[in-house]
Amino acid sequence: MLSRTAAELKPGENAIISGFNSDFIYLKLMEMGCLPGETIRLNFTAPLGDPISYDIAGYNLSLRKSEAACILLQS
Amino acid sequence: MSKNSVLKVALAGNPNSGKSSLFNQLTGLNQKVGNFPGVTVDKYTGQCRLPGGILVEITDLPGCYSLYPRSLDEQVVSNLLLNPEHPEYPDVVVIVADASNLKRNLFLFTQIHDLGVPVILALNMVDIAENKGISIKSAVLAKTLKVPVVNINGRTGSGLDLLKQQLADGVLPVSGVVTDVLLYAKKQIQFTRELLLCKSDYLAYLINQQLDVLNFIDPVKKAQIKSFLEKEGIDKEKWQSRETTDRYSFIHKLTTQCIEQNHTTGKDLTKSIDKIFTHKIFGYIIFAALLFMVFQAIFTWAIAPMDWIDLRFSQLSAFTAAQLPEGVLNNLLSEGILPGVAGVVIFIPQIAILFAFISILEETGYMARVVFLMDRILRPFGLNGRSVVPLVSGVACAIPAIMATRSIGNWRERLITIFVTPLMSCSARLPVYTILISLMIPDIYLWGILGIQGLTLLAMYALGLCMAILSAWIMSKLVHTGEKSIFIMELPTYKMPRWKNVGYTMYEKSSTFVIEAGKIILAISIILWVLASYGPGDKMHQAEEIVAEQLAIQNRPMDNFDAEVAAFRLENSYAGIFGKSIEPAIAPLGFDWKIGIALITSFAAREVFVGTMATIYSIESGDDDRGTIRSRMREDKDSETGKPRYTIPVSLSLLIFYAFALQCMSTIAVVYRETKGWKWPLIQLLYLTLLAYGSSLLVFQTLNSFY
Repeated sequence: MLSRTAAELKPGENAIISGFNSDFIYLKLMEMGCLPGETIRLNFTAPLGDPISYDIAGYNLSLRKSEAACILLQS
Repeated sequence: MSKNSVLKVALAGNPNSGKSSLFNQLTGLNQKVGNFPGVTVDKYTGQCRLPGGILVEITDLPGCYSLYPRSLDEQVVSNLLLNPEHPEYPDVVVIVADASNLKRNLFLFTQIHDLGVPVILALNMVDIAENKGISIKSAVLAKTLKVPVVNINGRTGSGLDLLKQQLADGVLPVSGVVTDVLLYAKKQIQFTRELLLCKSDYLAYLINQQLDVLNFIDPVKKAQIKSFLEKEGIDKEKWQSRETTDRYSFIHKLTTQCIEQNHTTGKDLTKSIDKIFTHKIFGYIIFAALLFMVFQAIFTWAIAPMDWIDLRFSQLSAFTAAQLPEGVLNNLLSEGILPGVAGVVIFIPQIAILFAFISILEETGYMARVVFLMDRILRPFGLNGRSVVPLVSGVACAIPAIMATRSIGNWRERLITIFVTPLMSCSARLPVYTILISLMIPDIYLWGILGIQGLTLLAMYALGLCMAILSAWIMSKLVHTGEKSIFIMELPTYKMPRWKNVGYTMYEKSSTFVIEAGKIILAISIILWVLASYGPGDKMHQAEEIVAEQLAIQNRPMDNFDAEVAAFRLENSYAGIFGKSIEPAIAPLGFDWKIGIALITSFAAREVFVGTMATIYSIESGDDDRGTIRSRMREDKDSETGKPRYTIPVSLSLLIFYAFALQCMSTIAVVYRETKGWKWPLIQLLYLTLLAYGSSLLVFQTLNSFY
């Protein structure tokens, strides 16, 4: 089964990052504190469902849906 | 350290870490904006004195999250910190960290630490952290990291004396590293370190990582490194990913020792505010309302100071004209240079007010929400959420707006934003709009409150915006780069604006504008003055006799003689001849040679239109210039048909032309500077001229067939 990505979280839902499925953007995401093992929580989405605001590493990070879809979650 | 030497200190830190507040607190108004050599990113430097009298030169580096740059702003940081030969290379780096968000802030700290430069960790916003239930044992932090740690408050200035004392006492070079990068690529690092005599392994490692974007490395050595890397194997991504993981696991261990997280009962204010500000409907309503309020303020609050500046400058011109001996210098000064300078200075109030608002919106953290709200909407047009700030700023002036595009990391999106920003109706168009609208649209109110003239003005702004969006869409279809667009943006917590910072931004942006635009407008106004004051043949010299003769023949009174002479001179000057020579080209738009002169003179700056019209319609300067020009223009008849010259099709065509045309030398110059070449300013000039010409042609020909 394919694992879920951060883009599929529901508002208020928590999950733990397991890895990434992109070879480009993950370095930037890691620098910003999105590391495997960290808890990520979806805060709210912009009106058109994109971008999305997350709680990660103690602050508020916003990502485009396509960027969030690179973050894999533990099931 | 001797008393006379200057200590060079750089401030580094994440965006929103309060770095600029600290900078303002340390330097006060004792700061200046310059350029980093070779790049166009603003460099903020300032001075302060330490206890003991040592002078410190402080450089405020652009905010960044890591030493791997992702925008032009951030590239400055690595180009400075990776180059110990750089003239600005700091003796000490003060790394400002937001204590309420320590983990991510420490990431940059560990990188700079490992470069081997002496560092001080300044913990900012400790009070906010405590409100969040986070208490930091800074003594443990200092002991583990083996660097000085100082608690500061960038808002109140507390802790600054400790920081200054620490700088005065001297900072030792760091010992050891947080992350040993030799483990990833030993041979490659040692090769570069020996070749370039780097002072740390991490420095050599980062040079290997960023070889292509670093601009200070000797090309021969660069090639040597490149071929060595290719031979020995190079896996930048893997190295960087290992480095990031290792750094964060160090930070994780560190913070478990030195951070205590207590539970708080306090409500998260930022989350509650975000429920409203990013709401599906209210979010946009609030944004629209705020924009409306800002524009309203720009136009109403700025009127009084603008009138005052206008008056002072015309008095100054009159004074100069009267005091200096008559002659070329007198005319050049009173008719060329002073009005030219006035044309720049008059926009200071609007620019200052606009930047006060933009700075408040940024300081409070609201601007990041606007970027968040607009990103999805702007994306299909090749723009980025971050394009909102330049587009909004463009309503005051395209110059600071285009400079504000530097925060857009993606070159394509930045270029498209630069390309379309001049279509936003800037404040220089306002006097032109005002006069043409009042000429064309009756002063009637709908339902007693909505003025039709005001609505038309609003429609002109909307037209500019729509054309900007449409042009962005066209550009996005034509310009392709392989570069991926990244959004990844922190949503900072809401904070009260720091009024000092707002004041500094207003001051700094206004002075940048005056200097940037002033230089060009000054030069152009001198050229225009020469073109408008001199002409071929004897007509210019004999103007007075010829006009007197004509008036006598036509049996007209002499009471407006000086003005008639001025008009005659303009008509026969080089500018007038140019105006007449372009008449065939602009006739299809409904314009005659008089408008032609105005188009030529306002190529340097649009607002010159009103002044040129005043001269052409031989109006002596008075207090109510615009009213008089309006009535003169209204009375002007077509010499062939005898009908009024400024019909609705003509006025509308002119209005559209001014809305789209790139009549601003300063914008061309700033685009040249920002895109580092003539290619884009010339394409932009060509596109906007064709767009203006085509639209005016369409409007005039369509309407005129009905009229």
